[in-house]
Amino acid sequence: MERRWQRRSPVLFDWLRKNLSTQAQTMPLYIRIKEKIIVFFLAASSFVSVFITALIIYILFSESAGFFKKVPLGDFLFGTRWSPLLEPASYGVLPLINGTFLVTAGALIIALPVGLLTAIYLSEYASNKTRQFLKPVLEILSGIPTVVYGYFALTFITPILQTIIPITEVFNAASASIVVGIMTLPIITSLSDDALQTVPRSLREGAYALGATRFEVSTQIVLISALPRVGASVILAVSRAIGETMAVTLAAGATPKMTANIFESVQTMTAYIVEVSLGDTPQGTIGYQTSFAVGLLLFIITLTLNFMAQRLLYKKKH
Amino acid sequence: MISRHHKDIFFKRTAQVTTFLCLGVLALLLYHIGREGMSYVSLDFLSNFPSRFPEKSGIKAALWGSFWLILLTGIFAIPIGIATAVYLEEFAPKNRLMTLIELNINNLAGTPSIVFGFLGLVLFVRGLGFERSLISGAATLSLLVLPMIIIAAREAIKGVPRTLREAAFALGVTRWQCTIGQVIPTALPGIMTGIILALSRAMGETAPIIMIGALTYVAFTPEGPLDEFTTLPIQIYNWASRPQEEFHQVSAAGIIVLLLMLFTLNFAALLIRMRTEKKVKL
Amino acid sequence: MNQQSITKPYEKAVVEVKNLSVFFNQNEAVKKVNLSIPINKVTAIIGPSGCGKSTLLRSINRMHDFEPIARLEGNIFLEGEDILLKSVDAVSLRRKIGMVFQKPNPFPKTIYENILWGPKINGFKINEDELVEQSLRQAAIWDEVKGRLFDSAISLSGGQQQRLCIARTIAMKPKVILMDEPCSALDPRSTGRIEDLILELKNEYTIVIVTHNMQQAARISDYTAFFYDGELIEYGNTSKIFTTPVLKQTEDYISGRFG
Repeated sequence: MERRWQRRSPVLFDWLRKNLSTQAQTMPLYIRIKEKIIVFFLAASSFVSVFITALIIYILFSESAGFFKKVPLGDFLFGTRWSPLLEPASYGVLPLINGTFLVTAGALIIALPVGLLTAIYLSEYASNKTRQFLKPVLEILSGIPTVVYGYFALTFITPILQTIIPITEVFNAASASIVVGIMTLPIITSLSDDALQTVPRSLREGAYALGATRFEVSTQIVLISALPRVGASVILAVSRAIGETMAVTLAAGATPKMTANIFESVQTMTAYIVEVSLGDTPQGTIGYQTSFAVGLLLFIITLTLNFMAQRLLYKKKH
Repeated sequence: MISRHHKDIFFKRTAQVTTFLCLGVLALLLYHIGREGMSYVSLDFLSNFPSRFPEKSGIKAALWGSFWLILLTGIFAIPIGIATAVYLEEFAPKNRLMTLIELNINNLAGTPSIVFGFLGLVLFVRGLGFERSLISGAATLSLLVLPMIIIAAREAIKGVPRTLREAAFALGVTRWQCTIGQVIPTALPGIMTGIILALSRAMGETAPIIMIGALTYVAFTPEGPLDEFTTLPIQIYNWASRPQEEFHQVSAAGIIVLLLMLFTLNFAALLIRMRTEKKVKL
Repeated sequence: MNQQSITKPYEKAVVEVKNLSVFFNQNEAVKKVNLSIPINKVTAIIGPSGCGKSTLLRSINRMHDFEPIARLEGNIFLEGEDILLKSVDAVSLRRKIGMVFQKPNPFPKTIYENILWGPKINGFKINEDELVEQSLRQAAIWDEVKGRLFDSAISLSGGQQQRLCIARTIAMKPKVILMDEPCSALDPRSTGRIEDLILELKNEYTIVIVTHNMQQAARISDYTAFFYDGELIEYGNTSKIFTTPVLKQTEDYISGRFG
C-alpha cells in the first residue's frame, strides 16, 4: 500500500529505499569516515608541492620588488657592468649571464657528444650484462656531491690546464666547464639510453632487413625516432648546468665580466648568490636584494627549460 | 660495402672507448682525492673539531651536524612524499588539476638547489623564526628532496601488478585497505631505494645550506633541533676555499669520509633492489 | 534472442542478470543479457575470445568500478537485491561474491597470511588456525602445504598457487565464487586437480566459471551458457547443450567449426 509521503516525494522515497537496502548497510559508517579522513590527508600532502612552487615564486618576486623599484628592468637585463656591492654601483646582469653561459656551453661541448655516444653504446652495442653494470656505475658520477667536483676542478684540473696553457688563471671557466660537463653527462646518458630503449624492436629489424649496418640503424633510425626524448635529456642537462652552484663557485671564481676567454676567472649567477650569502650584506639593502633578483632570473630560466623538456617528454608519450 | 662496414666498426670502437673513458674519469677522481687526503684520515680527524692548524682539524661537529640534518630531513620529507605518491597513484582522479600537480612536481625536481635556499632563508630562518638551526636546514632540504621521493615512490607503486590489487578487491576490501595492506608493502623496497637515494643527495647538498647561513666555524656538536650546526659538505667547502695547500688536503680527507658514507648508502639501496628483483623472479 | 534457446533452470536462482548491457566507451561488449544462476551448481560460460564472457563475470562483483570508461545498464540481482545500484557498496558486495582470476595472484606474503588477510581486514571473528586449515583442506591443498604454512606463497607451483587463491576466496565464506578461466595458465595435471576441487565445492558454493575449454565445461558444469559477440545465444543444461543444442550456431561452436 502506497503511503501519501511516497507519492509526494518520490525522490526521497527512492533515496530511502536505496540507502536502507541491506547491501548498502554492511559497510560500517566509522570505516567510511576513517577512509574519508585518510584520503583527505593524502590529498592535502599532494598539494604541498604546489604550495612550495607558489612560495618560491612569491618570495622571489616580493623580495626583489624593492630592487626593481630602484633599478629599471632594462638596466638590469641589458647592463654590461655588474658591481652591486662596490661604489660606483652598477646593476647590469649580463656579465653574470655571460659567466653562466660560458660555463654551460663548455660543459655541453663535453657532455653532449660523450653522453650521446655513451648512450648509443649502452643501448645499441653493449650486451645486456655490460649495460646493467655500466649504467649504475656511470650514474655514480651524478651522485657525487658538487662540492667534490669543485675540489677536483680546483686541485686537479686547473693545475693541469695551467701546465698546458700557461695563461690559465687560478680561477677559470674552463675547469668549471669540464667538471660540470662530467656531472651532467650521466643525465644525458641515462635519459637518452632510456629513450633509445623505447624505440620498438620492429623498427630496428625493419632497418636491418634492408641491409643497414648497426651504425646506420643506430644513428639514422633509432636516434632519430627517439629524438624528442633525447632532446629533453639535453635540455635537462643544460638546466642542471645553469643551476649548478658549488663547483662553479669553487673553480670559476668571483669576477663578473664580459669575456669569451674560458681561461679567465668569471662569475656565474649562482656563484654571485653564494657570494652574497657568505658576505655580511645587511638584510633590506639593495645589495641584499640583488641576490633575489638574480635568483628570480635563474628560476625563470631553469623553469622555462624544464617546461620545454616536459613538453618534449609528454608529446612523445601520446 | 667495405667502407660502410669500417665506419660501423670505427663508430663502435669510438663509442666503446668513450664509455670507458667516463669510467676512467671516475677512477681518476677517486684516485686523486685518495692520494691527497688519505694521510689526514684518522680517528683524530673524526673526533676533532675544526682548527686553525690543518693537522689538528677534524670533522666531529660536521659529522654530527650531517647526521642530525639527514635524520630530520627524513622525518619531514618521507611521510609527505609517500602520502603524495600514494594519493596520485591510487586515489587521485585523472583530471587537469592532477596533471598540473604532476607537472609541478617534475619541475620542482629540476629546480636548482640554490633556489630552495631562498625559500629556506625567507620562510624558515626569518619568517618562522627558526634562525640558523637544524630545523631550518632540514626543512629546506626536505622541500628539496620531496619531489625526488615522490617520483621514486610513484614508480615503485606503479610497478605493483594490477592482478595483486584485483585479488585484494575481490576479497571485499576498500581501496585504502588494499593500499595499506598490499600495495605499499609490495612497493616498499622500491620506495626505500628512492628514499635512500634522495637522502644521500641531501647529505651532499651544500648550496641551500650556505644560503640559510649555516656557520662555517662550529666547534660543538648540536644537542637538539634548534641548535646551530655545520655539515660535512660545508666543512669541505670551507677548507677547499682556503688558499693553503694543507687545508686542501684536509678537505680531501673530508671528501673521503663523505664519499664513503654516500657509497655505503648507495650500496644499501642497490642491495635492496637486487633482493627484490630476486624475490619477484621466484 | 530465441526464447526457445534459453531454458531457465528449475533450481532457485542466486544471481539474476536482467537486461544487462556493458559499454566500454561506445563499444557494447555485453548486449542485453538475461541469465539466472542457480544455487549450489556450477554454471559455465563458454564462447570465443572477446565475446564478453569475462566482462559479464566481472560485472557480477562490480570489478568494472575501477574502469572509468565502463558503463553498465540493466540489473543484476543477488538474492533479490539489485547490486548495480550506486548505493550498494561494492566493497561489501565483493565479500559475498568471491573471485578467482586467470593467472594465480597470491599476495607476496606467507601462505598463512594469504588466507587470513581478507577475513582479518574485514574484522571477522575467527579462530585463525582453524580457518586456515579448513580453507586449505576445502581447497585440497592442505596436505601439500601443511608443513610450510609460513613459507612465501610465491614459492608454490602455479597449480598450488591457484588452489591457494581458491582457498583464500573460500575463507571469506562467499555465496558465489566467480572463476575467470582459472586453469588457463596451468598444466593439465593441475587443471585436473582444480576441476575435482570445483566439483567438491559446489556442494557449498555457487560457482560461475568462464572457460575457453569446452571439454572442461562439459566435465564440470551443470549449466552452460554460450556467448557470442556479447549476446547470450543459448543457455541450459550442460548435457543438453553439448548433445542436442537448439541452435545451429551453438552446435557449430561446440563441434569446433569456429571459435
